[in-house]
Amino acid sequence: MTSSRRTVLVHLDTPATELSSSALELLTIARSLGRVEAVALASPSLTTLAQLGAYGVELVRQAEVSDDLGPDAAHSTALVAEALARAADASGAAVVLLASTFPNKESAARLAFLTGAGLVIDAAAVAWAEDDGPSHARLVASKRVLAGSWDTSCEIVTDVAVLTVRANAVVPEPTEAAVETTVEGFAVVPSALAKAGVPTSREVHTVDHGDGPARPALAEAAVVVAGGRGTFGDFTPVEDLADALGAAVGATRDCVDEGWIGHDAQIGQTGVTVAPRVYIGAGISGAPHHRGGMQASQVIVAVNNDPDCPLFEISDLAVVGDLHEVLPQAAERIRAHRDGAA
Amino acid sequence: MTAALRVVVAVKYVPDIQSARAFEDRRLVRTSDDGTLNELDENAVEAALRLVEALPEDAREGSEVVVVTVGPPDAEAALRKAYQLGADRAVHVVDDALAGSDYHGTAVALAAAVQRLHDERPVDLVLTGMAALDGLGSVVPTLAASWLGWPAVGLVTEFELGDESVSATRELDGVTETVTIPRPAVVSVTDHANDPRFPNFKLIMAARTKPVDTWSLADLEETLERFAEDSGLPLPGVGGEGARARTTRAEPRPPRPETEVVTDKGEGGLALAEFLIRHELV
Repeated sequence: MTSSRRTVLVHLDTPATELSSSALELLTIARSLGRVEAVALASPSLTTLAQLGAYGVELVRQAEVSDDLGPDAAHSTALVAEALARAADASGAAVVLLASTFPNKESAARLAFLTGAGLVIDAAAVAWAEDDGPSHARLVASKRVLAGSWDTSCEIVTDVAVLTVRANAVVPEPTEAAVETTVEGFAVVPSALAKAGVPTSREVHTVDHGDGPARPALAEAAVVVAGGRGTFGDFTPVEDLADALGAAVGATRDCVDEGWIGHDAQIGQTGVTVAPRVYIGAGISGAPHHRGGMQASQVIVAVNNDPDCPLFEISDLAVVGDLHEVLPQAAERIRAHRDGAA
Repeated sequence: MTAALRVVVAVKYVPDIQSARAFEDRRLVRTSDDGTLNELDENAVEAALRLVEALPEDAREGSEVVVVTVGPPDAEAALRKAYQLGADRAVHVVDDALAGSDYHGTAVALAAAVQRLHDERPVDLVLTGMAALDGLGSVVPTLAASWLGWPAVGLVTEFELGDESVSATRELDGVTETVTIPRPAVVSVTDHANDPRFPNFKLIMAARTKPVDTWSLADLEETLERFAEDSGLPLPGVGGEGARARTTRAEPRPPRPETEVVTDKGEGGLALAEFLIRHELV
C-alpha cells in the first residue's frame, strides 16, 4: 500500500456546531497524508457536513455510546480515546490527528496507550518520508521546541501514529472539488474509566466585551494583541487594536494575577501557547514564561516605553513609546487602510 | 479526610528555562550546571504536603509524601529539592537503558515505580505538575495512569479527597470543569493551584544527607511484566532504541532578522500600522 492510500483519521472537537479553523487545518494536513475520515462524538451539524464536503471528506464516523452518559459525555477524555481507538481499528487508520488542546493531549495519550501508537504532541508539520520507497514510508513530524529556539523532527516507527497538531501550523485549504459526506455510526462500549471521566459539572465562560465584534479564540487566532503590566490595568487600547485587526486579546500572567483580565487570556508556558502569524505585545517586558508561550509566532511586534525591554530582543519591529499613544494611532491607521481597501 | 494518606509526587529534572537550553546528539542536555526541579512540580509537592498537613495529628504521623523521578544520575538534585520542601521519601528510577526514552518509555517506568510503592503499602493519590517546562507534552501523567489502570485528570486548580474518590476542578480554555473520579488516581495541578513554600534552613540541611532509593529497570522487571500481562498490550520499549517516536533531527533555529527599531515621536502608531501593511499582515 502506498502512503497516499493510507487512512488518516481526524478528530472533530465541535461537530455539533461548526468546525473551528484548527479542525480545518487538521483536515488540510490530513489530506496531504492520505484518505481522510473524520470522527465525531456528536451528531455533525449541516454546517459541519458542508465544511467536511468542501475539504474532501467522504466519511464521518459518529460514535454511538451504549450508555446514556449525559450531555457532557464527549468531554470525558478517556471516552474520546476509546471512541478513536474503535474508529482507528474499524478504518485501519495509520494516522490519527487531534488539535493540540489540553483535553486532547489527555485523549491522545490514552489513545496511544490503547493502540500502542507512537505519540507526538504539538506537531507543526507532518509528512511521509519515502527514502526507501513508498512501501516503506514512515511518518515524520516536526515541531518547534524550547520556546521556539530549536526545531526537531521525529519518526514514528509504529503502525499507528497519534499526533496533536498545534494551531496555525498550516493555512486551511478546501479541496478543488467538494464531495458528499456521509455519516456512519459505530458502537462504543465505554469502560469504567471512560464513564468516570465524564465531568459532573461544566461551565462555559462567556467573555463579555460590550458591543465590540466577536474575537477569535486566543489559541487559534492568526493575529494576537497582548497587554502586560505597562497597560496599568487599562486594556482599552489593546482591545481596540485587536478589534481593528480582527485579532484575539492576550495578557501576561501579571495582569491575570492583578485581576485586570480573565485567566483565559493568559499567554505563557502555563497558560495558552500561541503561534499566530502576527503577535503584538504592548507593555510587556518579556519574562521567560511569557516568551515560552509566544516565541513561535511568525512576526513579533513589541511596544514598550523601556528601550531595553527583553521582548525587543526577539521582535521584528520594536516601537519605543507609550502604548496608550501608539496603539490607538495604529488602530486608526489600520481601520483607514481597511476601509480604503474595501 | 481523617485517615493517614500516602501521596506520590512524580517530578522531573529539567534544564532551567533561563539557561541556554540545547540538544546534543538529538537529546536535550540535562546536566548539573543548569538542571533543576521542574518549577511546575513544586506546585504538586506543595499540594501533597498541604493534604498531609491538613490531617489530624495521629493521621499525619502515619502519612507519607513520596517523590519519584525517572531520569539520569544528576536528576537526584530534583529529589533533593523536593526534600528541602518537606517530602518524606524519594525514589530515583535510574538506568542507562532509559536514556533517550520517549513519552511511552518514561511513563511505563514511572508507572512501574508507583506500582511497586503501591504494592509495599497502598498509594492514595499521585500528584504531578501540569507540564514539564522542557518538553511541555503533558502526557506522561495520563500514560502512567493508563498502565496503573487508574483514572487521571489534568490541569487541576482545586481538588478534594472523598473516602474513595477525588473531586477535581480544572480550568480549560474558556471552561471550568469538575470531574469526580475514583481513587487511587493521577492528578496534575497547575501553577494556580497554590503558592509553593520556600525551603527552611533545617530542611535544607537535612535534605543533603537524606537517603534516596535508587531503582534500576531490573528492580522493576516483575512489575513491568505484570503490566504487560494485565493489559494484554505490548510493553513500550525504553531508551532511544525502544522509542516509538524517534528524534531524527534537532537544530537550533536561525537567529531572527535584526529588529527594526522605531522610537515614537508622535508617529510610532503609524509606523506600526505601516509595518503590518507593508508585510501584508493586515
